[in-house]
Amino acid sequence: MGHAVLAEGLRKRFDKKAALDGFDLAVPAGTVCGLLGPNGAGKTTAVRILATLLRLDGGHAEVAGFDVAREASQVRRQVALNGQQSTVDDVLTGKENLVMWGRLYHLSKRQASVRADELLEQFGLTDAADKRAKQYSGGMRRRLDLASSFIQRPSVLFLDEPTTGLDPRNRGEVWREVKRVVAEGTTVLLTTQYLDEADQLADQIVVLDTGRVAAQGTPDQLKSKLGGDRIEVVVRTADELPVVRDVLGRDAEVDPDGFRVSAAVTDRVAALTRVTSALAAKGVEAEDIALRRPTLDEVFLAITGHKAVDTSGVRA
Amino acid sequence: MRYAVIDSWVVAKRDLIHWLREPVRVFANLAYPVISVLIFGLVFGSAMNVFGGGEYIEFLLPGMFGQTIAFGVGTTLMMVSMDADRGVTDRFRASPMSQTGVVAGRSIADLVNSSLELLVLALCGLVIGWSFHDGLLNALLAFALFLWLRFALVWVGIYLGLLVKPEAAQASWMFLFPLTMFANTFVSPELMPGWLRAVSEWNPLSSTVAAARELFGNPGVGGDSWAAQHSLLLAVLWPAVFVAVFWPLSVLKYRNLSR
Repeated sequence: MGHAVLAEGLRKRFDKKAALDGFDLAVPAGTVCGLLGPNGAGKTTAVRILATLLRLDGGHAEVAGFDVAREASQVRRQVALNGQQSTVDDVLTGKENLVMWGRLYHLSKRQASVRADELLEQFGLTDAADKRAKQYSGGMRRRLDLASSFIQRPSVLFLDEPTTGLDPRNRGEVWREVKRVVAEGTTVLLTTQYLDEADQLADQIVVLDTGRVAAQGTPDQLKSKLGGDRIEVVVRTADELPVVRDVLGRDAEVDPDGFRVSAAVTDRVAALTRVTSALAAKGVEAEDIALRRPTLDEVFLAITGHKAVDTSGVRA
Repeated sequence: MRYAVIDSWVVAKRDLIHWLREPVRVFANLAYPVISVLIFGLVFGSAMNVFGGGEYIEFLLPGMFGQTIAFGVGTTLMMVSMDADRGVTDRFRASPMSQTGVVAGRSIADLVNSSLELLVLALCGLVIGWSFHDGLLNALLAFALFLWLRFALVWVGIYLGLLVKPEAAQASWMFLFPLTMFANTFVSPELMPGWLRAVSEWNPLSSTVAAARELFGNPGVGGDSWAAQHSLLLAVLWPAVFVAVFWPLSVLKYRNLSR
């Protein structure tokens, strides 16, 4: 089948504003594609079009081999959508939630019940099956929500900001489930504002900015676009900063507030050895010396010219 | 088609389970009309006049039925806007379920809920002195007219619910309240100032209430206006107009939902 999701030149306008302006995407079957971008970049619009919720104004899109505009009902049988908010029904129990979705996916009563039990087991919710979802923790609710998307083992799963508002432990749980379903063969299109989330899950990252693709590649490729690894030295007093800068070379960047000096390096280990011994020779006792790759945050900033931070200040 | 029926039932069942598990909400919904009947019937009742004579409590009950039915639009609106806001509607739309199932399920649940409210109100009315005098069949016909209006209002509620956020939906009773009062529900329009009288006589709710009074054999029937004299016809037509306008609007809005 090749590509599970294929979009060519998608256009969508809301009033006068172009939400998508010639958006292209190709996601190979069985992989995870992370759609990154600030609020208003068009991520959610793209997902809604691909999930048949929104009509496109121009371009062409195929999901699981079906045209989203002309074969919407076939697409709906192949996909599942997990939105930003939880669609879990608080008043129903975990199992009732899943049985309801099973029935809506046209399983018989018995099949729906069997499938609900299987999913509860898979998502580690068997013990809470008969508790009302109101009593679930944030992570459990998210898992139940995810489980309800798996009634029919979708070939494509759209995850729209799946861990927004979850604490780190619950995020880890959700990530584990996503990895598991990908291992079972589902293709995932993930939108997120959390760069580490894309880094963790995605095989391929597409950076969206104002309705078009600003950059794409594997997480490593995107990072190496920025010139690869850096060495970072943190010292105890400001007096030592110039000394360290001399050691790191002419291109070194000095952050006087963080007592930090950093510079690009080519050979990681050689650079580390050279810097350590040079500092020791000059009598500088470093607080910390580290080698690191640029974070996706920095990549994002470099690509789009603005930070991947929304106004509420939520940050990866 | 078979799936449309199953899907409707699955969606309706979800809402009915809500009511069963959160009886407080059902009580809150029922408390208002019951308390109103007591307040208007027993407290204000002695000071109220029915134009053309008759017991106020007999006049009041059909009006209360009407107000309860009209308030039902608030429930529909609230549920629909909450589902849309929480992304449940999107999930429904992105699933292979039948698209009529969502709205049909909504109608079933709302009609069951309103039938229950009418039943409780009627029992309450029978206790404090209201009755029907033209036979059970006519009485049932009157209730059918109320439910017909309720069905029409489901579509109004779905359309508005898809249009507004839950916060706005919550405020809807501020508009509903006067709309149910500028009618023949509590006071005969004949006793109102001229312009308000015209509004009240032509209020669709008034037609259903007047028709019900006629079928129940309760006082307050009639009046000079064309609307008042053809209440039975209008009680059938007004809801039909609502359905004709808001059904397609809701379907269109549901398909293009883009928030």
